[in-house]
Parts: sequence; C-alpha cells; structure tokens
Amino acid sequence: MSKSLDFEEPVVKLREKIGELKEIAKSAEVDMSSEIETLETRLKQLEEKIYNNMEPWDRVQVARHAQRPTTSDYINEIFSDFIELHGDRSFGDDEAIIGGIASFEGQPITIIGHQRGKTTKENIRRNFGMPHPEGYRKALRLMKQAEKFKRPIICFIDTKGAYPGKAAEERGQSEAIAKNLFEMAGLKVPVISVVIGEGGSGGALALGVANKIYMLENSTYSVISPEGAASILWKDASLAKQAAEAMKITAFDLKEMGIIDGIVIEVAGGAHRDVQAQALELKNCLNNALSELCPLSETELIEDRYDKFRKIGEFIEEEVN
Amino acid sequence: MAIRSLLSINKKKQKGVIVDRNKENSFPADLMTKCPECKKIYLTKELDNNLKVCPNCDHHYKMTAWERVSILLDEGTFESFDENLRTSNPLKFPSYLDKIEIDSHKTGLNEAVLTGKGSIKGTEVVVAIMDSHFRMGSMGSVVGEKITRAIEKATENGLPFLIFTASGGARMQEGVISLMQMAKTSVALKRHSDHGLLFISIMTHPTTGGVSASFASLGDLNIAEPQALIGFAGRRVIEQTVREKLPEDFQTAEFLLAHGQLDAIFHRKEMRDKLATIVKLHHKGGVSNV
Repeated sequence: MSKSLDFEEPVVKLREKIGELKEIAKSAEVDMSSEIETLETRLKQLEEKIYNNMEPWDRVQVARHAQRPTTSDYINEIFSDFIELHGDRSFGDDEAIIGGIASFEGQPITIIGHQRGKTTKENIRRNFGMPHPEGYRKALRLMKQAEKFKRPIICFIDTKGAYPGKAAEERGQSEAIAKNLFEMAGLKVPVISVVIGEGGSGGALALGVANKIYMLENSTYSVISPEGAASILWKDASLAKQAAEAMKITAFDLKEMGIIDGIVIEVAGGAHRDVQAQALELKNCLNNALSELCPLSETELIEDRYDKFRKIGEFIEEEVN
Repeated sequence: MAIRSLLSINKKKQKGVIVDRNKENSFPADLMTKCPECKKIYLTKELDNNLKVCPNCDHHYKMTAWERVSILLDEGTFESFDENLRTSNPLKFPSYLDKIEIDSHKTGLNEAVLTGKGSIKGTEVVVAIMDSHFRMGSMGSVVGEKITRAIEKATENGLPFLIFTASGGARMQEGVISLMQMAKTSVALKRHSDHGLLFISIMTHPTTGGVSASFASLGDLNIAEPQALIGFAGRRVIEQTVREKLPEDFQTAEFLLAHGQLDAIFHRKEMRDKLATIVKLHHKGGVSNV
C-alpha cells in the first residue's frame, strides 16, 4: 500500500477499520455482512466527498507522490516494442529524459518524457527528473528523427524544472530550452504533450510546444513552484499552500484559461492507486488525439500549433483614435 | 495623443535620468553619478554623452528603452507599435495593476518592452527593446504580445528583427500565461526564420529566466553587451543546489562567450556600427541556387 497523504487520512482510516472488522467477522460466529455493507457505502461516500473536493495543494501532493506513475510506467503499459534511444551526440546521455521509438495501436511513434525516480537511488541517477541541456538536445534529436520518418511524437511532462546548476549554465541551459520551443514550432508531424506529474516552468515547456496538450487530473503546470512563488510574493515559502491556489496551476485552471485541450481523469485518490486503469484512460486520450491529428497535412499541423500558442495571453486593447 | 508627440515627450522625460544606486550619498539628485563598479564620480551629463558607459572602467549602465532608440536608430525614423495594449490582471493579484501603473508612469511605456520600426544607417528594421526599469523587464501577456506582433510585422514586410533583451524572466503575477509567452514568441520567430529573415538578439544586463530561455537565445546571431548578466537560473538558487562557490565571472557575457554560448560581445560605443554592418551583410547574397 502506498503512502497516504494528509487530506485523504479519513478515507484511509475508515478503510483500515473495515479491513479489521472483516478479519474479526471471519473468525467470529456472527454475521456482520450488513454492518460491513453500511460501512462500505459510507467509505464510498467519503471517498467521493474527499476526492471530488481536492484543493490545489492536495493535488500538488498527489502530483509529487513518490509512487506516482512515471514516463517509463506509461511506456510499459501503453506502448509495445519500445526501444530506448540514448544521447545528444555531442555531450552525453541525460537520464532525466528518456526517449525512443515504439508501437502504439500498430502505429510507429516517438515517445519522449521527463523521467524521475521512485527511489532515492534512482532519483540520483535521474537527477530527480531535472534535465541538463543534453537532455533537451537528446529530445530534439529524437523529434527531428521522428519528423524524418513521419512518426507522431508523444511527450510526457514530469519535472520540477530544468536543473539549476553550474554545468547546466556552462552548456547553455537557456539555449537548449529555447531551441526546443523554436524547433517544435516547425515539426511536420503531430505532437501531443501530456503533463503527467509536475510541469515546472521552462524545463517543462521545452517538451510542450504541441498540437494537443493534456494534463492528468492531479498534475500541475506552472511558471514557478508554489514554494518559489510564496517566497517571492510573501517572503515565506511555508505559504506554498496559498500560492498553489493563487497561481492557478491545476489542470482545471489551465483548461479554464484555454491553455490545455483536455483533462485526463484520474482514478480515485490519484494515478498511483491503479497504474493500469490510469494507463488505459491515458491511452484512450492519446488515441483520440492521434486520430484527430494524423489526417492533417504538414502545413496544417504547423499552422495549428502556431495558432494554438499565438492566441495565449490576456490583455486589453484600447481603441486608437 | 499622436504617437510622434508622445515620443518626443518621452524622450525629454528620459534625458538625464540615471538610476543612482548611491542616492543618499550623492549630492543634488541627478547632477552627479557614482559608478557602482569603480566608485568614480562623474557629472551625469558627461556619462550621458558617453552613452552611459563609465569613462573610467567601462561599466555599462542600464539604459531605458527610449535611450536605446536614440543611440541605435537613425534620428526621427522610429515609429512605435502597439502602445494601445494594456495589462490586465488574469490571476487577480492584489495591487498588480497599481504597480504596472506606477512603472508605466515612471518609464513612459505601456509595458516592459518598446517595439517599433525604424532604420539603422538607412536600412529598415523592426526592433523590440526591453526596459528593466519596468517591473524588472519581466514578461507577461503584453510583453509577449508586443514582441510577437513586432516579429509578425517583420515577417510580413520581409524585414530583419532586432531585440535588446533586459529582463528578469517570466512575470510571476500572470502565472502560466507568462510561461506560455515563451512559446508564443518562439513560434513567431520560427516563422520569421523560415522566411529566410535575419534575427539578431542583443542581450543586455540582465537577461535571465524565461526570457533567456526563449527569444533571447534564438538569434541567428546572439550578441551581448560587456559584463551583462545572462543565465537561466539565479546565482543564489544554483549556489544552494550545488553547494559550491561559483566563479566570480559566472553568468557574465564574457563567461558565456568563453563557453561558446555567444557570437560576440559588442561595446556599446560600437553597437550601432556593428549592427548596421551585420544587417548590411545579410542582404541576400549572390548564391542563386534555390
């Protein structure tokens, strides 16, 4: 059983109690089935109440859950024949981003995603899913390869952000991210991006210039982390909960602002509760998006992407006399 | 008000205004200026005549957008675009619009970038000049929109596009909408580039965060002013993550040049000449194959 989060404590407790009661009932001579049934109904109601009323900060916790499915989990569940391809051909292989070719419903595709670890050891190897420039350059190399062979590109976004380090700056973190935004704009194949966990700033956007952008229900997409926002706004990182609300970072916020195309509903309590069911939900979403995008011509795809980002922005245009 | 008259007012307003970091120590307001680098004291007028570069140590002071127009473009050729765009408050941050109002009044700009058309030694160009005196030059919707419209005008008219960046990055008060301005400006630059047109990015102090990770780094030529701070993540953030002392010149233009991240550094005094030459050299060459 995975670790529970504060907001779901009542559900977890009730579930445990029901489990205990079932154990006792088994060995006792009395029939407890009607009591158990009542409690199970109550659990269901409680689950609905809690999971349907999650605060932005609760979702941040789910998005960061150590057991939350990662890019490689979804690759295993959704795609077949996956072959991982490594390296940017000029510096190294950044394991904070994985990519490769695979088959999706019989169609060859390129898949690229941030990859964080679930254990400390794996997180150190993956640099907590925070890429260096060579990670973004590997991603771009694989995108251009996909374009050559006319394969659609699917990107999974799951990062706190691009790594803020000395070596990253020396090797041009800014340029690597910028180049991806620029080159993704011109890709002649369908591009679909899905935020599956945290979508942190430019480091997330560098895999996000897509024809269709989706977010898992409990994922977040933001210009700065809630902690970062709180420390800048109120000089106090402990006000992250309020910042999570104010910064409008949930899937529902982004859908309302017209930035994303859709929300992939999560299993109750979050994707980590049932990876297979979640993968199926995501697969359906990808399937629909691909059937919509694949008939478009190269020019239409590029124009569609242009228009999508061109219209983002809120301002007032005064009449000129 | 006609744009022309607005322009002249703004120009007058900006004359002789210098950010004095030692205000309390210096005498009558703007008469004298002390260089923050070498601590030498100058008559402000002397400094202005020297393009706001310290005559002693070559420290490049920050400039306002209008000051840059006056030292870059041929006199009287500048025509400002999109001054009718106003910032709104999509996330409803308290007092956000008041701050915008104050900075707008202070700088004579509607937002942190001035865009327009003008000529440089007779060649027509579209320019965008960011002003760090306006909300640290941060990029929200209006900045993203003005830059994108300027790029689109350059594309439509087949003109080179020049940008002077000066920005702390994406503007937090507009949240993820600010982040998306990075993508918006970049897709517009891709289209400009696909038309075979020239884009020069000139990074001035400071150019960081989301601005450095989008259009600032996308020039056919990436140029910087001496000593300009340029980088993705803030120095303090990096020091906290890597727990090591960073070299003194870390994230300066010179550091980037040494690491292969820039085409060149131009001293402010040679900027106009060099840019004019670059623009001239990008008239379509003699190669006739398609």
